[in-house]
Amino acid sequence: MKKYFIPLLAVTTAMFAYAPIMIANAPFEASMGLVSKIFYFHVPSWFAMFTAVFICGIQSAMFLFKGKPTADRIAVSAAEVAVLFGLMGLVTGPLWGRKSWGIWWPWDARVTIALILELTFIAYLLVRKFGGPGSEKLAAALAIFGMFNVPFLYMSVNIWRTIHPKTSVVPALPTGMPGPFWFSVAAYLLLMTLLIQLRLQLEERRAALDALYLEEE
Amino acid sequence: MFAKVALLVLRKDVVIEAKSFEMFSTTLFFAVSCVLVFAFALVRDGTIVADAAAGILWIAIAFAGTLALGRTFERERYAETLRALLLAPAPRAAIYVGKLLGIVLLLAVAEAALVPLVTLLFSAPLFARPLLLAGLLLAGTVGFAAVGTLFAAMLVRSRTRDVMLPILLYPITVPVIIAGVRGTAALLEASPDEPVARMWIALLAAFDVVFITLALWTFEPLMTE
Repeated sequence: MKKYFIPLLAVTTAMFAYAPIMIANAPFEASMGLVSKIFYFHVPSWFAMFTAVFICGIQSAMFLFKGKPTADRIAVSAAEVAVLFGLMGLVTGPLWGRKSWGIWWPWDARVTIALILELTFIAYLLVRKFGGPGSEKLAAALAIFGMFNVPFLYMSVNIWRTIHPKTSVVPALPTGMPGPFWFSVAAYLLLMTLLIQLRLQLEERRAALDALYLEEE
Repeated sequence: MFAKVALLVLRKDVVIEAKSFEMFSTTLFFAVSCVLVFAFALVRDGTIVADAAAGILWIAIAFAGTLALGRTFERERYAETLRALLLAPAPRAAIYVGKLLGIVLLLAVAEAALVPLVTLLFSAPLFARPLLLAGLLLAGTVGFAAVGTLFAAMLVRSRTRDVMLPILLYPITVPVIIAGVRGTAALLEASPDEPVARMWIALLAAFDVVFITLALWTFEPLMTE
């Protein structure tokens, strides 16, 4: 993974540089006009967050049952990146909501699920920071529980009320919109990979430093 | 062997509790205080905002449950008996089940006092469908306690356990709160909506099965030092 870092960085930078041009040239959505452009970075940020959440959950399970320290380092990196992308989605979402539904926070199903997942992973980071010794295991359990909680959240919140654009919106996009959209998704997923990798390197250096201190003593 | 160990742990907790009434009295008192605090916020001109009774009941259960969960392992920590429990030649998961049964029992007794109180104070027809309400309360309490017992056990060694327990517990138990509140609200309608209440009980039962399985599965590696 490390040796692909520089080429991947170059590709991602180029994609992010080109994305605004693609988005600007994409056709206007009939009913929303300019606001619909939020969609090109709002939806991809959720794609990136959910991917990072599942990376964190699976790596946490690996850490808890196999005891691999690398898995724990990947999990904490993924959790931080998930919180970052989640925050991005939670900021861009209300901007769209204000314009299209007239309210900042609609309490609809998907919005609520996203908020709770974000809270779960902020809790993950809080436990790791303030939980004291042994908190990695605790955090790993929280990540696993958080992952398995997704279907229940989905069901319970969905029965509540839904006004969010359905997932079926994506395949039915007007001509000229899917290209820039999937381009943005790919760019965001690449960015997520790079950020996790970068964070992982930091975590590995920290572990190496700890090992050196232990040797010294 | 498994059931025997679980029942022994439960019996031990019940005997200690029956002698001191410490957890029961504090939990119940706290639950009643919660109900009163919410009453001040939600009662206008002597009548309560529609649907609020269901919310008050479940918030009181969740808050009081957190308090009880924090205490259940505190006793083991003071007496250094948790290590003894874990060293015992018994399946660790059975210890978890015993502790879980203890919490569910304690909360069930507290709920038995809380439900009449809410009925009385807010003239909410909670006893219109007693069996469905009991099903909701039981399934919800088991789900809440299943997650909570595991987290409380893990946090025993942590310095910041009092702060961390609610932080970890509430995001994960959101489905329990939603299902409990909506299910109870369906029963409080002028003509109780039974199918809706049954659907929420089914969701809670599925939640219980998944999370108890997960807890049994993770308890062993989590409690190993």
